[in-house]
Amino acid sequence: MSETSLRLVWVYPDLLSTYGDQGNALVVERRAQQRHIPVSRIDVRSDQAVPTSGDIYLIGGGEDRPQRLAAERLRRDGGLNRAVANGAIVFSVCAGYQILGTEFVNDLGRPEPGLGILDVRSIRNDGPRHVGDILADVDERLGLPPLTGFENHQGNTVIGPSARPLARLRYGNGNGTGDGTEGAWSDTVFGTYAHGPVMARNPLFADMLLKLALDVHALPPVDEQWYEALRAERIAAATQQPA
Amino acid sequence: MAGNSGPLSPRAKLAVTAGKAAAAVSRAAGRGSGSVIGGKVALKLDPDLLARLATHLDVVLVSATNGKTTTTRLIAEALRASGQVVSNALGANMPAGITSALAGGSEARYGVIEVDEKYLAGVARDVTPKAIALLNLSRDQLDRAAETRMLAERWREGLSGTDAVVVANADDPLVAWAASSCPTVVWVAAGQEWKDDAWSCPSCGGVLQRPGDDWYCGDCGFRRPPPTWALSGDYVVAPDGVAWPIQLQLPGRANKANAATSAAVAAVFGVAPKVALERMYAVQAVAGRYDVVPYQGRDLRLLLAKNPAGWLETFSLIDGPPAPVLLSVNARGADGTDTSWLWDVDYTRLAGHPIFVIGDRKLDLAVRLEVAGLDFRVCADVDEAVRSAPPGRIEVIANYTAFQDLRRAVGN
Repeated sequence: MSETSLRLVWVYPDLLSTYGDQGNALVVERRAQQRHIPVSRIDVRSDQAVPTSGDIYLIGGGEDRPQRLAAERLRRDGGLNRAVANGAIVFSVCAGYQILGTEFVNDLGRPEPGLGILDVRSIRNDGPRHVGDILADVDERLGLPPLTGFENHQGNTVIGPSARPLARLRYGNGNGTGDGTEGAWSDTVFGTYAHGPVMARNPLFADMLLKLALDVHALPPVDEQWYEALRAERIAAATQQPA
Repeated sequence: MAGNSGPLSPRAKLAVTAGKAAAAVSRAAGRGSGSVIGGKVALKLDPDLLARLATHLDVVLVSATNGKTTTTRLIAEALRASGQVVSNALGANMPAGITSALAGGSEARYGVIEVDEKYLAGVARDVTPKAIALLNLSRDQLDRAAETRMLAERWREGLSGTDAVVVANADDPLVAWAASSCPTVVWVAAGQEWKDDAWSCPSCGGVLQRPGDDWYCGDCGFRRPPPTWALSGDYVVAPDGVAWPIQLQLPGRANKANAATSAAVAAVFGVAPKVALERMYAVQAVAGRYDVVPYQGRDLRLLLAKNPAGWLETFSLIDGPPAPVLLSVNARGADGTDTSWLWDVDYTRLAGHPIFVIGDRKLDLAVRLEVAGLDFRVCADVDEAVRSAPPGRIEVIANYTAFQDLRRAVGN
């Protein structure tokens, strides 16, 4: 963390903010402010350089063409790769998750190189789009309650040897490969297919990012009333929807 | 000749009759107006019926993400100055509903038709419209609708050879791109508050630059077309430079924009702006929207907002604080089942209002408002919310099925 405030970087809202992804930035920002942690949010448009001195980077979901444009511009820019090499924290969702990997299939149906900062590779599945509530048990090393989210994608993502599944599915399609995994992570880089937005439904993920950035093991409590009520409702909804 | 009863073939007549019979059965069974089922039966018997019904009408199509029902109504009112109008006034805007509406207007000269965004190209092919009004395109129901830019692309391809005069919003880059392949376009500077679906050039993918009201792509040079009509504050400025005041009963900037576009469409048919606008002033509410309803001794104003662009325009028209605000959000099939769009809406605009929250997805909304740092109260239903609200007219903002639920609950 820099000396004055925690730097929260939202990558490419002009291309990758189709599914309420701003919500992830708002929740992280809000939960920092409630703990009196000074936080400055930096929204980086795709014609601007990605700063390398951020603490937490958020990258969201988007449509197929903007996803390709974002990958092209992020590869050319190199800032996100340099930030990760410096130990920055990255949390990515859906199209953003695929971009962090080594390769995905772009809107033209061709393999597109990703940034290679998470060992995953994505293809497009031929079946129906994955749409609906998901519920998954988070990797126990992260010590978090179950992940609830809303997925809406056509990707199948295979996790390579140097990354781990973020969660094991109870309901939903997640990585879509049939191995029961959802999302991936390694060190300080995380990816998920869960929208909702994911931080609104899983505020302890936001706290995890804050704790990593601040290098602390605990944060003061905040009022969880509405988050808890929403989580309970959506977890019940995931278990009740038709398979 | 006016009217479309004469030229129908025996099969088309049979189809219309069968459709009306099916609609009557549907109504009798309490399943809504029956317009969609009637149209479906009729189209099954005569797949070309829509084209045939439209043959002897001057057809105007209206499509957009937001404002199409209201604009259809405004254009219909304006054109009544010069002849009878048939219209799908209740918003049944897919081919079956449109067929049913046209079948009901055998004496009409004009057909003013709202069309769902996804069906515009097909309907435009079937009915050979004289004019097409394109208002705006933005994210809506992302769990099932096509991507927003794909819709613009379908419009662009489907309308590229049209003989219609296309009346299009120059301030929406997606609409401008969709319309710019059409041979005859009347550009209207109708404004668009929501900008977050058009930061990328629809043509080349470059980043759009947006200084003031202008926009252009720095990469390929695609830019805002010069408008001939413009909404300017409370006035619509016609191509001859005359500014006409807009004095609608309908509230808000977006409806002034709808009126400006409607005046431009009316002019295509020779109806002067003064005449067109004055006829639009008679419109008080459209399918329940903007209606002020007395309920439990209070006044409720019912406002429909289905997506982030719609919520943004709605926030700008409600009474200021301390007017109480009641919000209701559902996520049923017709709403889209993904509620993540709530996070694209800037709810901090409601700061200072007492806020009451109901609807199927009130907990999503509660977390959203909590994170926005607002005070709010979650209520079991509209009755509890109305009982809890401090004095003053209650501004009720709801998305699609939540709006229908509310209308039923308050007897509108």
